[in-house]
Amino acid sequence: MEFFDRFAVPNPTFTIYASMVAIGLTMLAILVGITYFKKWGYLWREWLTTVDHKRIGIMYLISALLMLFRGGVDALMMRAQTAIPDNTFLNAQEYNEVFTTHGVVMILFMAMAFVMALMNFVTPLQIGARDVAFPRLNALSFWLYFMGAMLFNISFVIGGSPDSGWTSYFPLAGNEFSPSVGTNYYMLSIQIAGLGTLITGINFIVTILKMRAPGMTLMKMPMFTWSALITNLIIVFAFPVLTVALAMGTMDRLFGTHFFSIDNGGMDMLWANFFWVWGHPEVYILILPAFGIYSEIIPTFARRNLYGYKSMVISIVAISALSFLVWVHHFFTMGQGALVNSIFSISTMAIAVPTGVKIFNWLLTLWKGKIEFTTAMLYSVGFIPIFTIGGVTGVMLAMASADYQYHNTMFLVAHFHLVIIPGVVFAMIAGLFYWWPKMFGFMLNEKLGKASFWAIAVGVCLAFFPMFISGLDGQARRMYTYSESTGFGIWNMISFIGASMLAIGFILIVYNIYYSTRYASRDISSDPWNARSLEWATHSPVPDYNFAITPEVQSLEAFWDAKKKGHKLFKGNYKEIHMPNNSGVPFIMCCFFFLLGFALVFSMWVVAIIAAIGIFSCMAHRSLEQDHGHHISVEEITKTEEKLGGAKK
Amino acid sequence: MKVDHSQPLEYSTEQNRLNILGFWIFLGAEIALFATLFASYFLLRNGTGSGPSDGEVFVIDTLMIQTFLLLTSSFTIGLGVHAMRLGRKTATINFFIVTLLLGLGFVGVEIYEFTQYIDEGLTLQTSGFSSALFTLLGTHGAHVTFGLFWGSFIIYQLITRGLTPETANKSFIFSLYWHFLDVVWIFIFSFVYLKGMI
Ligand code: HEM
Ligand SMILES: [Cu+2]
Repeated sequence: MEFFDRFAVPNPTFTIYASMVAIGLTMLAILVGITYFKKWGYLWREWLTTVDHKRIGIMYLISALLMLFRGGVDALMMRAQTAIPDNTFLNAQEYNEVFTTHGVVMILFMAMAFVMALMNFVTPLQIGARDVAFPRLNALSFWLYFMGAMLFNISFVIGGSPDSGWTSYFPLAGNEFSPSVGTNYYMLSIQIAGLGTLITGINFIVTILKMRAPGMTLMKMPMFTWSALITNLIIVFAFPVLTVALAMGTMDRLFGTHFFSIDNGGMDMLWANFFWVWGHPEVYILILPAFGIYSEIIPTFARRNLYGYKSMVISIVAISALSFLVWVHHFFTMGQGALVNSIFSISTMAIAVPTGVKIFNWLLTLWKGKIEFTTAMLYSVGFIPIFTIGGVTGVMLAMASADYQYHNTMFLVAHFHLVIIPGVVFAMIAGLFYWWPKMFGFMLNEKLGKASFWAIAVGVCLAFFPMFISGLDGQARRMYTYSESTGFGIWNMISFIGASMLAIGFILIVYNIYYSTRYASRDISSDPWNARSLEWATHSPVPDYNFAITPEVQSLEAFWDAKKKGHKLFKGNYKEIHMPNNSGVPFIMCCFFFLLGFALVFSMWVVAIIAAIGIFSCMAHRSLEQDHGHHISVEEITKTEEKLGGAKK
Repeated sequence: MKVDHSQPLEYSTEQNRLNILGFWIFLGAEIALFATLFASYFLLRNGTGSGPSDGEVFVIDTLMIQTFLLLTSSFTIGLGVHAMRLGRKTATINFFIVTLLLGLGFVGVEIYEFTQYIDEGLTLQTSGFSSALFTLLGTHGAHVTFGLFWGSFIIYQLITRGLTPETANKSFIFSLYWHFLDVVWIFIFSFVYLKGMI
């Protein structure tokens, strides 16, 4: 019995027991369901072992939506707790756990996964490639992310959730002040998922640099691909810092090292620095692909080419360089001298310049355009004003001396939500509506889509604008309650109403997916939006091999010019196509990673060693196996192309 | 698989070229990783708490042996790749074996060095300094150890499959990895040991 005690949740409440039962029952239902419908073979062959970038993208998408739900429930609980003064819906400890898991889930497991979903699905198609450079590693990336996310989520019912904030500052996150295993979960699950992200970074840089269609020079790449390239460069240089920081945090907690302790020569600020050396680039890892998506959608529905392509490219490159030079702005108040603060204050404000350039380019693209307000376009246009408010308040925060007033108040919370939600979340939803027909061969319902936009756009303003006021009035972030005399009540109530509207918006999106899956017409063209880049030149849904004939590119808007100027994209005849084989090894290897993470959380060394051996065996297997993929014959291509509605020439 | 005979074997297929570029980018990430470890070492170097400081524990003899072993191994793997370019399978294999033996020697001496530190009262848990030191050296040592296993798998494949575009590609990438570890060692040598002893 003693052995099992460690798995108990330290602060059990009725909700946690209820969730345990719910999770258990859901798992059982899924397993029974799959067995009953005899879907195990299908699941294994088509999904668990797939190395196809499109399927991996779709798996990221499903995971991201699940995580959005999880993080959203956390958010609603927080807003409900603070909606009225002296509320007792959550106690302080529960509130700590909820804001911690909300932050981690939303940034690392929702937003990152959403970005990965669209990047995986779209980039190879946009550059006219058959797949990514290392399809097998791509599957590994996904499963590492997935297992990391699962490990993080089970903390809720086994052992207890982390409770020291998504930033997990030491010494708070050390054993002394965070004795439960929650923070171990934080360290290890992010480590596992982060490894996957790093691998994606390498994979996509090589893919974009080396596998572009003939004729597509760097300056003829679509903007989304550009943003993916730069994002992955940031990933490759930022994530190793996180890897080291998490490894040190893990060692401090499990092995008693003194990296971040306050005694024996440790340095607690080292964590804060490492965290933000990764953390600030991380927010740009999220926002740059979003900028890329807007740069695809806005020209498509303004029916004009993107204004200032070159300056767009230069500004994302500038943003990526600056993003590594501003991290201190997250702790202006934590003891650097005036000189250091001033330097970082200026570098932070400098980031607003290339960001502003991009905003003006989108506005000038819209200028004199024949704008068509589809759902995707609504989100893209709605993004501009709301994001600008978030960005301008960022510049306010960037003034080091003023930040003493704003720091760690609700004002800061308002800032980053008003950049992340219109920036990242709007973009992901817009991208979802935009590329959905390419993914699944039918369109999402526009009416429901527009309704979701209004709920979400109004919701986000209602939820976060009041925080500027209560923050300036002195309401600190991460406080589980406040007294009536503070006068914060009204602002928090408005926030709660806004948060509920956001929830309604997200439910509308999920309902839209269900509704459109059932009722939408399957008879759509492969280019329903009259779009501009190569992914629209192949069928919807896309065949395994993407393009029957590798396209040849002559101009920046290759597909648009093929339609309007008669450029020929597909020359010559079908040739045999080489494709990679599926493999179960990435999935199995990541099961071992899950086991390893779980074992380390609870310091079960024997299990950890067994899991590590499992991981190394998978690597050894990979080293020795000879897998040269398979070929799709010309007859098969001809057959597929005819079935999909005629050869694309 | 299209083989381009105008290129060296390790670059001769499209996938080979992708693999090599990918590995270079991976090394970029490794540089970021080691840079972070070095940064933490520099920041924590004076955080000795109640434990010994760097000048008190570092010794010169093991350091010289380690440096000699690793630098020589970098040279022998270079010879190995050279032999591979000339298409001489046995020579390639022999140079790779020598490389791994030298690497094994390095790891052995490093383990001995660690036991010395522990005898002198400097363990992973002693202080901020010791944690950073062991982590930096240990990460490098673990890379070398991983390389020993990886290299053995490659030698095995060279023996059983000969010099093919695939095995040549793996060998070449492994040599990049090995040279990289050598470079990291030179930084450790200069900025950890030399700096600590003067
Ligand atoms: C116009 C450019 C921006 C500027 C000048 C800026 C400035 C700042 C500053 C100074 C802080 C720290 C304030 C404090 O802690 O007191 C901050 C926090 C933050 N910003 Fe921004 N920001 C900008 C854009 C963005 C974007 C685009 C994102 C995300 C996509 C973002 C996400 C965040 C997050 C997540 C935090 C704080 C998280 C935390 O402490 O938990 N910011 N920003
Ligand atoms: Cu920042």
